[in-house]
Amino acid sequence: MSTVDLTGLTALPAQVWGAVRLVPLVRDRPIPGLRLHARLYGDDPSLVVLPDNTAYTAYIPHGFVATWSDSPAATYGTHLTPPDPTSTIRLRFHRRMARREERNRLRFLPLHLAVEGYLALHFNGPNVLWDEWSQRAIRRGLSPRAEQAYAGAQVEGLADALKIFEIHPDQCGVALYVADALAAAFVVPHPDDYRALHSTLLLDMYGELVHHYALLSAPVPAFSARLNDTHVRSLADLRAAATRQSTDWAAFHATTMTAGLLDATYDIRRVYRAGPFTLSRFLPGFRPKEENHIGELITDQRGRTAYLKTFRLSESQIRRGHLLNTLATHDWHLPTAAESLGTTPAAFGLRLDKAGFGHLLNDHVLASYRSRSRRPTP
Amino acid sequence: MDRLAAEDMVMFVNAATTSTGQREFHSQAAEQRASLEFLHEYVAGNYRDLYAAVLALDINDLNAALIVRRLLSTSAEATPEQRALEGRLIARRLAAMPPQRVYDLFRDLRRAGVNNRRTRAIIRDWVAGRPDQAFDAVKYRQGLKRALRHAHLTPSRVAPALHDELGTFLFRTATRARFRSPLLESWRRAHYEQAAIYALPYTVAEGFAAKHGVDRSVFLARIKPNLTRLESLRLRESAGTDADLATMPLTRLATYVLSLPFADRAERRAELTAALRSSALRTAGRNAGQWGRVAAVLDDSFSSYGSGVKRRRPLAVAVAGHYLLEALAADYIPLWTSGATDPLMAQPRGTTPLGHRILDALSHEPDRLLIVSDGWDNSPPGLAGEVLRVWRTRLDPDRRVSATHLNPVYDAGDYDVKRLTPEVPSMGVRNAEDLPALVEFARFTEGRTGFADLSAHFTDRVTRFLETS
Repeated sequence: MSTVDLTGLTALPAQVWGAVRLVPLVRDRPIPGLRLHARLYGDDPSLVVLPDNTAYTAYIPHGFVATWSDSPAATYGTHLTPPDPTSTIRLRFHRRMARREERNRLRFLPLHLAVEGYLALHFNGPNVLWDEWSQRAIRRGLSPRAEQAYAGAQVEGLADALKIFEIHPDQCGVALYVADALAAAFVVPHPDDYRALHSTLLLDMYGELVHHYALLSAPVPAFSARLNDTHVRSLADLRAAATRQSTDWAAFHATTMTAGLLDATYDIRRVYRAGPFTLSRFLPGFRPKEENHIGELITDQRGRTAYLKTFRLSESQIRRGHLLNTLATHDWHLPTAAESLGTTPAAFGLRLDKAGFGHLLNDHVLASYRSRSRRPTP
Repeated sequence: MDRLAAEDMVMFVNAATTSTGQREFHSQAAEQRASLEFLHEYVAGNYRDLYAAVLALDINDLNAALIVRRLLSTSAEATPEQRALEGRLIARRLAAMPPQRVYDLFRDLRRAGVNNRRTRAIIRDWVAGRPDQAFDAVKYRQGLKRALRHAHLTPSRVAPALHDELGTFLFRTATRARFRSPLLESWRRAHYEQAAIYALPYTVAEGFAAKHGVDRSVFLARIKPNLTRLESLRLRESAGTDADLATMPLTRLATYVLSLPFADRAERRAELTAALRSSALRTAGRNAGQWGRVAAVLDDSFSSYGSGVKRRRPLAVAVAGHYLLEALAADYIPLWTSGATDPLMAQPRGTTPLGHRILDALSHEPDRLLIVSDGWDNSPPGLAGEVLRVWRTRLDPDRRVSATHLNPVYDAGDYDVKRLTPEVPSMGVRNAEDLPALVEFARFTEGRTGFADLSAHFTDRVTRFLETS
């Protein structure tokens, strides 16, 4: 268990458009040795073959390519790629979420890496054959496990907000808020990478919560500067007051606005080691009714975050993660798991059913739970 | 009530100066159009006299056309005195407008079914007053034809110099008789003779050149003498025309410079800078060097890109403003929001830390402070307004330093240009050339002068406008 660290990144004043608030994150110095660029895959549905012979199917419009070297590197303005052959195949196949393409080049599928980590949570199903679990749960585990997300283009107002956003020259990241809920954090190693990848935020996926907030929220107000003029005697005082606005905002952003992301502890798993850099993905503690982010990050050998991309889980997704985690910590024993949550096995079984895991339980067990819940308590 | 009227009029003048009904960085064309439409209806309904008087100010051609159209289509609401003055204002304004705009206006009047006696008289007088009707007949053939038809005009009466040929040319195209007027004759011959197309205006000749399959480079080389000033500026790169940059209007020149790649700008630095400076000096005229110590905060943030249809317009106004202020000031301090120092290499990039730049500007203790920005202050938002407010109330309550905000972008949602703070006047600006006049006008927007002053100013402008005809 560890935390996500954004040391070295300073928040600049936010830019607001409708319900979307974009907070630029700047670095004093870029992280040398790692560069990212985007690769577009088009609109075909994609299938990722994973090393454990499972498959991940999703709409994957783009991927990232990370190039690393020991010395500082620059990416070329354009990357020549062979033209796509005209084909009638509707599926695009990828091998692995992160795959080395050359000696020092790694292709990975942003966010899908993290989401796949979430979907694969306790994917094997019950490890002890308690009576309650169905044959299907025992044989096939949770498969097929599915979650829904919205493409950025479907999030109301996001396209406009990204279009009119003014990118700071030193900007290496952005914190994206929708109706002042942190929807995503995105960090890259170099300002030029950010400039190139800014628009890919529109190709990313966002949870149901973010989509609904964007649709239903009223425009959020800008945090306008307010200067207290009572102690201003000279221009120097005025300048000091203006500078204080910026530092106050940065502190407020770090301590309050991103608190849900930075204060939580995560289960960080390494996915790939690329020279001095480590690509990992992380899962949150699945605390219900709180902010929970899944994501992926690249850190250098000093532990600095070179790349970060997060996905905010919706409430139902948090609940599913929470239930699976509770079951797993109690060896999939339903009565003890229920007891740990302070409830009865029947109520817990019905909660599993509501969360979409009804097929894991034996039909007759579920039926008895249902009839018990209908019967008035004595 | 008076104060409200004054505010409304200032708002309308700002809108009429800046909005061209095109897409802007923050709003779509439809929003701009709808917003402008409402504003025109409101002002025309409440302050008809002033609405007409705005024609005498430096508003843009789209809004001038909209005003004329609305005045003509609501003639019945005006008193005879109003009508007389409106008629003179409209005639004077149409004479100053580019002819293609006027023909567009006539087309719109025709579509709207506006065909009262006053409209017909105005069309008649304008067509009769054109310096060369043969030229119009060739270049704006459809426009002229429809205008004549709409206003029931007899071609021989509006163009007596053409010996009855105008009617034949426009309406009896089947007759293949020779024309006595050389331009009309060239047009007739251009249908089958390549040499004749070079006597025609460029836009017309282009069509004939395509018809005859004339090689583009040959065509451009031979048509050069017929190009208008702006056409030759536009074709400078592709056709190698020798447009004299120094004679170009300042903002137009700045747009041209910003359209060049950085390598070209660097290579032609001396030439471009000299052209911008001499154009600015010409614009400044007698005021050159008279403005004392001037500090300017100029916006080159990403939003100064404008939009695909108004490419880099806000930035061009800032660049042109830079050179004009350089000419006007005895001592000049330019401050770009990006921190850049080279206006020739200006590019729309980065955030808008307007507040911090204004502080920098004030620390130079200027006599005048000018801010050229679209008003979308975002780093942090609202700091510019706060800095100006505190500075005005605490540090400069006697208003020793004059501060003006010039905004090239119309904010469709607010029916005005975006303001920084009520303490400092915000003016809409279309061309940087109008900058001195706008700074004069700015005093009306501070809310300290009443409606009577504004009204007097309008009357004064109207008198001067009508006298210059």
